Amino acid sequence: MRLVKILERLLAAIPIMVGVAVIVFLFMRLTPGDPVDIMMGQGGMVTAGEIERLRSEFNLDKPLHEQLALFLFGLLRGDMGNSFTKQRPVAQLIAERLPATIELALGAMVFGLLVAFPIGIVSAVRQNSLTDRLSMAGAFLGISMPPFWLGILLILIFSVHLKWLPVQGRIGADVHLTTVTGFYVLDSILTGNREALISSLRHLALPSVTLGAAVAAIVARVLRSSMLECLRSDYVKLARAKGASEFSAVAKHALRNALIPTVTVVGLQVGVLLGGNMIVEAVFGWPGLGRLVVDAIFARDFPLVQGAVMIYAFTFVAANLIVDVLYTYLNPKIEM
Amino acid sequence: MATTTATEPIPSWRYTWGVRWRLWRQNSLEFWRELRKHPVSVAGGVVVLLYVLAAIFAEQITWHSPELGNLRNRLTPPAFVAGGSWEFPLGTDAQGRDIYTRIVFGARISLMVGALSVGVSMVVGVALGALAGYRRGRIDGLISRFADLLLAFPFLIFAIGMMAFLGPGFVNLILALTFKGWVEFFRLARGDMIAEGTREYVEAARVTGQKDWQIVVSEMLPNILPTIFVLTTLRIGFMIVTEASLSFLGLGIQPPTPAWGSMVADGRNHLLNAWWVSTMPGMAIVVLVLAINLFGEGLRDVLDPRLKIE
Amino acid sequence: MAQPILELRNLTIVFPTRRGEVRAVDAVNLALYPGQILGLVGESGCGKSTVLLSILGLIARPGRITGEVLLDGRDLTKLSNRELRKLRGKEIAMIFQDPLSTLNPAFPVGEQIRESLRLHNMVPGPWLWPFDSGRRWQEKQRVLQVMEEVGIPAPEARYRAYPHQFSGGMQQRALIAIGLACNPRILLADEPTTALDVTIQAQIIALMKRINQEHGAAIILVTHDLGLAAEFCDHIAVMYAGRIVEIGGVDQVIENPQHPYTQGLLRCIPNLKERRPLQPIPGSVPDLAELPPGCAFAPRCPEFRSVCAEGFFRLQPVIEDGHKKAHRSGEVHMARCLRLTGYRMPEDD
Repeated sequence: MRLVKILERLLAAIPIMVGVAVIVFLFMRLTPGDPVDIMMGQGGMVTAGEIERLRSEFNLDKPLHEQLALFLFGLLRGDMGNSFTKQRPVAQLIAERLPATIELALGAMVFGLLVAFPIGIVSAVRQNSLTDRLSMAGAFLGISMPPFWLGILLILIFSVHLKWLPVQGRIGADVHLTTVTGFYVLDSILTGNREALISSLRHLALPSVTLGAAVAAIVARVLRSSMLECLRSDYVKLARAKGASEFSAVAKHALRNALIPTVTVVGLQVGVLLGGNMIVEAVFGWPGLGRLVVDAIFARDFPLVQGAVMIYAFTFVAANLIVDVLYTYLNPKIEM
Repeated sequence: MATTTATEPIPSWRYTWGVRWRLWRQNSLEFWRELRKHPVSVAGGVVVLLYVLAAIFAEQITWHSPELGNLRNRLTPPAFVAGGSWEFPLGTDAQGRDIYTRIVFGARISLMVGALSVGVSMVVGVALGALAGYRRGRIDGLISRFADLLLAFPFLIFAIGMMAFLGPGFVNLILALTFKGWVEFFRLARGDMIAEGTREYVEAARVTGQKDWQIVVSEMLPNILPTIFVLTTLRIGFMIVTEASLSFLGLGIQPPTPAWGSMVADGRNHLLNAWWVSTMPGMAIVVLVLAINLFGEGLRDVLDPRLKIE
Repeated sequence: MAQPILELRNLTIVFPTRRGEVRAVDAVNLALYPGQILGLVGESGCGKSTVLLSILGLIARPGRITGEVLLDGRDLTKLSNRELRKLRGKEIAMIFQDPLSTLNPAFPVGEQIRESLRLHNMVPGPWLWPFDSGRRWQEKQRVLQVMEEVGIPAPEARYRAYPHQFSGGMQQRALIAIGLACNPRILLADEPTTALDVTIQAQIIALMKRINQEHGAAIILVTHDLGLAAEFCDHIAVMYAGRIVEIGGVDQVIENPQHPYTQGLLRCIPNLKERRPLQPIPGSVPDLAELPPGCAFAPRCPEFRSVCAEGFFRLQPVIEDGHKKAHRSGEVHMARCLRLTGYRMPEDD
């Protein structure tokens, strides 16, 4: 039963992904200005023949629907065209940068959840206490805080003022690390490189906190409100009447049910993480996908921008898919 | 003829304008009484009002040019720090421009972007939502599918992508923000319209021979307006942050026009010796967004407790 | 005469609210004897459920309990939370009124019954997963036995089912199974049949009666249905606005009701044979924060006298056939009303 549900969701994601690709494609083609003209605009003098050659290289001489078909089939093979500026396949460029971005997003998610869960639970259990009020005020601030500014504040405090943590990059310049997966933290564990592990974790700290703060704030608020609801429920009363400890009543019976709405919100936060990634990468000089995109935008490297935006959207769709699957496990009512 | 029961609101088509006016007055008095129970929210509203006033009277309350600076004054610290003067209350940036002045003028940009992008999003979203929610059927399916598709993009990524293709500029910024911004309003309005459609006053209005658009506009919309209103407030803060993020990346408002996001970005190169260049405009954003969100939360408590900030 | 297993002495529960202190339960004295079924009857909002919760020590802060709750002569209100936990579910189990919201929607029903066994170490053994598999198996056997006993068909198949997959009656049976799992001596049933269809109600009541007879568990049944209580209980206490207004053996209370409230409740029971019109009690339960002085029932009482609004009446023994007749458990039929105080109004002469 559950498998059918999961399969159903998987199938439903396919048209969404195709739609995403079509939208991205149309954006690129329907915006004023021919990409080749724009590209040439910066290159100075070019002959008409050269322009024609470029136009056919990017299939711009074919009708729109044919271009779209070529584009979609290319995607299916993992071919997103070549970058204008770097003369390399877009897919390759993205694959190089993706681990850094995912590492940062995961770091932020871990930080966000580690902060959000204790705060959300304790605030609900001690509703209206000082802890609750302070945490919720903090969470409110976290929601209203633009990530780039938070990043700069953290740099000012922890790097410039206290000199505890590095400002830029993923790993110290003097640290050598053999890359295996591209995830530096994982790589340094795999290669048993303690120095690299510490260095990469230190570099990861501030960006993760910056990116994870908003997640922490939102998840804490949602968790608190759903915990409040669950704590008032009859089944928690029953748990107590059975002789369960207060801890078990809260952490087992209430939390298990409060997780259901929380997981949905955590899934939505993936979008925040992906978007915020661009900003945080810019603030901390993190060599990830976001930096690549921003650079590509300024270089008017449209295939690269197009490919990256698509990857972001696909990741978001995939993340929501995972959340949906998780949801079927958390919420027994889905099972039917 | 009307099937209205005691629990249903009296259909508004029965009101004369005098009744409408009295109801409105009574409602707004009641609204104000409720809102006063949330003093923090009222404070938020006051802060927002101050920002708006500052933006309107920017020329009157500043004494420097927002775009031109004097390099001799570059990186002057704020007045409350040693070495600063009240000539430049919040210090100057690397080009010697007064940060206070630029923040005040930047408020114009931020507030205008926030108001315009949310305003357009709301109009488009509510119109489409009302259409889809009232008509249902194929047109609903079509718009809903498109909305779902847009939801597959993270907001900021979408805006960045659009700005990449459209190029920077104020109008393009509004376009990029509204192109996806209407979806939230659409979903809320559509859901509410579907819920309202099952209520009896709609049937009553139909029986009296009102046209569909009349029913939607004068009967149903007034009932879903409070929730829309709350969402509007909460979205403005979000849009302001998004605009600042785009400008921070250099994709939004272009220099020398002062925008808070690009001001923060400017200051990044001077974190070591001039912290105020980045932090001051950032503070302006945080205070404004905080104020808007506080006001919105209070509004939500008063108007519609089921909406949540997410 | 047997000793009561559970005795409430002068139990008072106070909730501070914005409008002042509310006495949800006011000086309640009750005794429950082994194997007895005691009905606690009254309209909703008169403190019946609060009495049950206070027995288990589950009155949430800021509520305060004064008085004594004696289990075998041990005062439960003096116990620590840890000691109370050992009693909850094991000695005294509670059956709540709305089975759908009371069963945890996130766990299989069988597991929820098993949890009671685990919490009270009914089957000793290692607790750490996965070393407890043998113990889990034994516990499961006991759960299946209990499920069988409360009349859940095909317990093996239903062990892993979730509450929402059960019908209302099955949910209530599962709830009873949770209560019964540890063989408690006392069952506190809080309107166990209110949420159910009439036919299912009868089944559940029959089940509880059987549990009472086979296990000898004493039951306190809280209900607003005096008819149900009359049929099911040996002993009835009628509560109104936090106070007991009439108490006695079921025959005495039903056949010779003394308090106008009890009489009113009796008139609200439809009688299929006589088809007389129902006579509802006018008005509704008073706001506990603004109780009238004197008799709380006075504003709704058909036999209202002006003194009723002034004086406060104690529970008085009812004189039946010229003398105070004791119920088999040794308690006397008593009621809290002007007509029993011996105070005679001038116009009565």
